[in-house]
Amino acid sequence: MLRFTTLQLRDAVLAEDVVHEAISAAISSAQYNGRGSLKSWVFAILRNKIIDVIRERNRHPTESFIEDDENDDAFDGKGHWKKTHKPSDWGQPENNLDNEQFWVVFEICLNHLPVNTARVFMMREHLGFELKEVCRELNLSDSNAWVIMHRARSQLRKCLELNYIRGGRLS
Amino acid sequence: MMNCKQATRLVSQSQDRELSLPERIRLRFHLLMCSGCSNYNKQMSFIRKAMQKLRER
Repeated sequence: MLRFTTLQLRDAVLAEDVVHEAISAAISSAQYNGRGSLKSWVFAILRNKIIDVIRERNRHPTESFIEDDENDDAFDGKGHWKKTHKPSDWGQPENNLDNEQFWVVFEICLNHLPVNTARVFMMREHLGFELKEVCRELNLSDSNAWVIMHRARSQLRKCLELNYIRGGRLS
Repeated sequence: MMNCKQATRLVSQSQDRELSLPERIRLRFHLLMCSGCSNYNKQMSFIRKAMQKLRER
């Protein structure tokens, strides 16, 4: 929880406070009804707290989010897939969503995204911000944000293909 | 015809913005012809589903 919060808020001290608050709120509230896992319930509270903090502040980081486009090594000079990098057929991947082993690999792949890429991707796909809001908060242009999202998705895809699909774990 | 690099870029952007009509037509045509990008497209939908499922876990 702390790692995720620190990633989103870019402030370790603030992150500790927010996690502490979320856990306190969880303990003091009698809302938890035993349905669903306790972890996901505390995470739901935490997620809302993070969203509040992000929306409240208006920061303009100067760090650069755009590094070299390393996606490029998947394509040849004409922009077509290199044979070794061409996405394979995953069959019916939805069948894996109930597979614990899948989630282990998926979370490892998420944790392997570069920090700046992960921050944008998780704001969009985990916290559920519109990309416009992500751009405003992080002071990114639309096209920067598209490049980062594309990079994050492509890296996740590649990581899953190498470590899960080709690892023969496809169910 | 657009190449795979451009096609994958549009596939990703289609999850963050509405593509223009010409973009959609050119992309659809490319996906019909290219199994690699067609797989990529399905995998992007799957990753989004997995991220939604992750929230509920």
